[in-house]
Amino acid sequence: MNNNAQTDSSTLSVAITGSGGSGVVTSGQILLRALANAGYYGLMGRSAGPQIRGGESAVMLRSGIEPVECLDDRFDILMSLDWLNVSRFAEEIPLTAESLIICDAAEGEIPEAIAGHGARVMELPLKELAKAVEGGRINMVALGVLGDLLGIPESVILEVIGTTLGRKGPEIVESSGQCISNGYAAEKNHRPANKLPPVETPPPRWDISGNEASGLGALRGGVRFVAAYPITPATEMLEWLAPNLEKVGGSLLQAEDELASINMIIGGSFGGVPSLTATSGPGLSLMMEGLGLAVTSETPIVVANVMRGGPSTGIPTKSEQSDLNISLYGFHGDAPHLVLAALNIRDCTFATEWAVRLAEQFQTVAIVLSDQSQGQARSVIDPPPAAPIGPGRRVAEPEIEDYSRYCITEDGISPMAIPGTQGGIYTADGLEHNEKGTPSSMPMDHQNQLDKRRDKLAGLDPGEHWAEIRGTGKACLITWGSSSGAAFEAGRRLEARGEPARVIAIRLLSPLPEKALKTLLEDAQRVLVVEQNHGGQLFHYLHSLDLLPETARVLAKPGPLPIRPGDILDKLS
Amino acid sequence: MHGTNPVSELKPKHYKSGIKPVWCPGCGDFSVLSAVTKALAYLALPQQNVAMISGIGCSSRLPAYISAYGFHGVHGRALAVASGLKAARPDLTVLVAGGDGDGFSIGGNHFLHACRRNMDLTYIVMDNEVYGMTKGQASPTTAPDWAESKLTPHGPGVPSFNPTSIALASGATFIARGFTGDPNGLTKLLVEAIQHPGFAFVQALSPCPTYRPEHKQWKKEVHGLEEGPTSDPGIAAQRLQADDGMSTGLFYQADVPVWQPENKVSCQSAALEKAFSV
Repeated sequence: MNNNAQTDSSTLSVAITGSGGSGVVTSGQILLRALANAGYYGLMGRSAGPQIRGGESAVMLRSGIEPVECLDDRFDILMSLDWLNVSRFAEEIPLTAESLIICDAAEGEIPEAIAGHGARVMELPLKELAKAVEGGRINMVALGVLGDLLGIPESVILEVIGTTLGRKGPEIVESSGQCISNGYAAEKNHRPANKLPPVETPPPRWDISGNEASGLGALRGGVRFVAAYPITPATEMLEWLAPNLEKVGGSLLQAEDELASINMIIGGSFGGVPSLTATSGPGLSLMMEGLGLAVTSETPIVVANVMRGGPSTGIPTKSEQSDLNISLYGFHGDAPHLVLAALNIRDCTFATEWAVRLAEQFQTVAIVLSDQSQGQARSVIDPPPAAPIGPGRRVAEPEIEDYSRYCITEDGISPMAIPGTQGGIYTADGLEHNEKGTPSSMPMDHQNQLDKRRDKLAGLDPGEHWAEIRGTGKACLITWGSSSGAAFEAGRRLEARGEPARVIAIRLLSPLPEKALKTLLEDAQRVLVVEQNHGGQLFHYLHSLDLLPETARVLAKPGPLPIRPGDILDKLS
Repeated sequence: MHGTNPVSELKPKHYKSGIKPVWCPGCGDFSVLSAVTKALAYLALPQQNVAMISGIGCSSRLPAYISAYGFHGVHGRALAVASGLKAARPDLTVLVAGGDGDGFSIGGNHFLHACRRNMDLTYIVMDNEVYGMTKGQASPTTAPDWAESKLTPHGPGVPSFNPTSIALASGATFIARGFTGDPNGLTKLLVEAIQHPGFAFVQALSPCPTYRPEHKQWKKEVHGLEEGPTSDPGIAAQRLQADDGMSTGLFYQADVPVWQPENKVSCQSAALEKAFSV
C-alpha cells in the first residue's frame, strides 16, 4: 500500500465486475453515456480475461465535472454482479475503508482479496429484483442502483437505454427500463460520501473510444486506404474505419497477415493515396522489414500501434507501454522515421492525424503509439482539436523534365511522381539507389541518400505540439502516452501541497526536440521519468541522448496495472 | 502477333528504360523483358498508366528495365504491394513479376491469397527452379534429387511445388505457362493475361544458364497444350495434375467476379464526426 493514494473528492470512481457475458461492459457503456448526457465528463477502461465468454470482465469508470484523463487511485464503489473469478481483478480495483461494495448475498461470500480492504458492504437482492421483471437482467438492476447513487436522473438513463438497446426490440427496452427502475427504487442503507454536482449548461462533448478516435484522426489526416490484419487490442479501430472509409471514398483491405498489410499500404501510398495500418506488438514485429522499405523508398505510411503486454503474445487484452524500443530501434540499417504517442483518448485523434500529415510531408514512416488502456476505453471528452495541416506530400508536376525521384534537394524532400503522371516514370526501390532510383552500391550514393533521409527530418518544426507541458517547478515529471494523465494529476496534487512541479508529456518521441527538452530541464532539481513498462524504455532513450541529469530517476512499472497518481507521488517522496 | 500494334505509335522500344540488366548472358529473363514490352506495345498502354511491382531476386529486377512506374520491394511481398496499389488505384494496369523463390517460398502465403482475392492483376513468375541471386540454392520448384547446392548436398529431398495446380486450387482465374525460348508465344499469353479481368498467373519457364545449365534441354522438352483452355475448374484440375510441367499455353480461364473496392465518396469526414456528439 502506498502512502500518497487518495481519492479525488470532485470525481466519482466506480468499478463493475462480473463473469464474461454478464453484461458488465454494456452496463458500463450505458452508465458512461448517461453521465455524458447528464453533463459530466468521464473515462471508462475495460479489463477482461482472454476468454470470449465465461471469463471475467470489469469496467473501471471515473466521472466528474472536469475532463477525466486517468483512473483514480481508489474506487468509491465496486458493483459486483457475481463473484466468479473476480479475485483476478483485486489488484486492478483498489478499495479503501471508505469504499462501498455493492453485491448480492445470493452470490455467496465476498472473496478475501476484495473484502480485505475493509470497505463498507451493501447487500442488495439484485438477482431477485431482476427476476421480478420478465426477461430482466441483473446488469440493468445494477445500472439503476448506480444511477441513483451517482445522482443521475432516472429519465436520463432510460433515454440512453432507448437509443442503445432500441435495435434489440421494444421488449428488451421495456424490461431493461423496469430493471433500472427497480434499481433506483431499491432501499439503500449506504451511499457514497458525495454525489456529482449537477451541471447546468454542459459544453459540447463527445463519447468516443480511443480506437475510434485514432480512426477518426486517420480520416482527418486524409487516409483513404487501410490494409490490416485483425489483432487485439487494435481491431476496433479497423472495425470503425471499414464502413467509414467507404463513405469518404476510401477502402479497407483485410490482409492475409501483417507482412501483407504493411506492404499493401506501401502499394497504396506509392499510388498516391495516404495509407495506414493498425496493429499491436506482434504485428509490428512482423512489419519491421516493410517499414524499412518504406523509409528507403521514401513512401509515406502510418502504423497505428495499439500496445498490449509483451513480449511475444504477452497479455493481449491488457495494457502496457513497452513498444517504444521497437518503434525507435526496430529497423535494421540507419532508418530515420517518426514516432509519436497519443497522450489520452482525445489525443488519439490529434496524434494520429498529425502522424499522417507528417508522414506525408516528409515521405517517411510514422509510427503512432496508443495502448489498450486508451484504445479499448471510452471517454467523454471535449471535441478534439485539428492537427497542423502542413504542406502535404510534395508531388512531381506533370511533364517534369529529366525526373529524378530521389534527387538531393535543399530540404531533403524530393518531389514524388504519382503513377499516372507523365514524365515522372521511376522505379521505387528498397535497394540503395542513386538520385534516379537506379540500384547502386556506390559509397557516395549510400552516403548521400542516408544524409538525405536523415536531414529531411531536421526540417520538422513541431512548434508547441511535440509535448504537452503543464505547470512549472523544480520537480519535473517526464512521461509519454497513456501515463500522461496520471502524471498530470500527480502534478496537480503536488501543486496543491505547495510543491509545484512541471509535467512534460512527450507526443513527438522521434525525432525528439532535444534542445527544447534540454532547456526545460535546465533548472530541474528532481526529475522522474514515468512509464508503464519494465525496462524504463523512455528513461534509457533520454539518457542515450544525454538529456537527463545524473540524479534523474525512473518509475517504470509494467502493465497491466495502470500507473496511478499516487504511485508517482510515492516514488517522488 | 509480333508485339506491334499498327495503329499505335508506341513500339516495344518505348517500354524499355535503357538501364542495362544485371542478368547473366543467356538468362531467360531477357526474353520475358522483351515479351512484356511487346505485350504493352501491342495493347498500346500509356507507360505512365502501367506499374510493375516486384520483390527480390534476379527476375525481380525487371521493373527497372521497363519504362513504366515500378516498385522493387522486399523479398516475397510483391503481390502485397501490388494488391494495395490496385485497391487504391484501380485505374492503373498493375503487373507483378518475380521468381519461383520469391513467389512460392517466402511469398507463398501472398500467392494463395492473391489468387483467392482475384484482383485484376497479372503475375508473371520467371521459374528457373533455383535461387540465382544467392548463388544457386534449391527453390520450391527444384526437383528433389537436384544435388548441386552445398546447402542441400543430397538434394532438397522433398517433392517440388506445383504452381499451376496451387493457383487453381487457390482461386486464380487465368492460369498459363510460357517458355522464354518461345518469345512470341509468351507475348501472346501476356497480352491475354493483361486483358483478363481478374488474377492472371503466367508461369514463364526461364532457364538459368549459370546454376542450371541442364536447362538447355528445356527447348526440346517443352510442348504446346493439346487442348484449348477450359473454364471448368474440375477439368482444369485433372489436366494440371496430369501435366508434365513442360506444356505451354493457356490452361484455364474463368469469368469470376473481381475484388475491387469502389472508392466512391458518399459523405465528407466532418459529417462522420456527428456520430460522437453527446
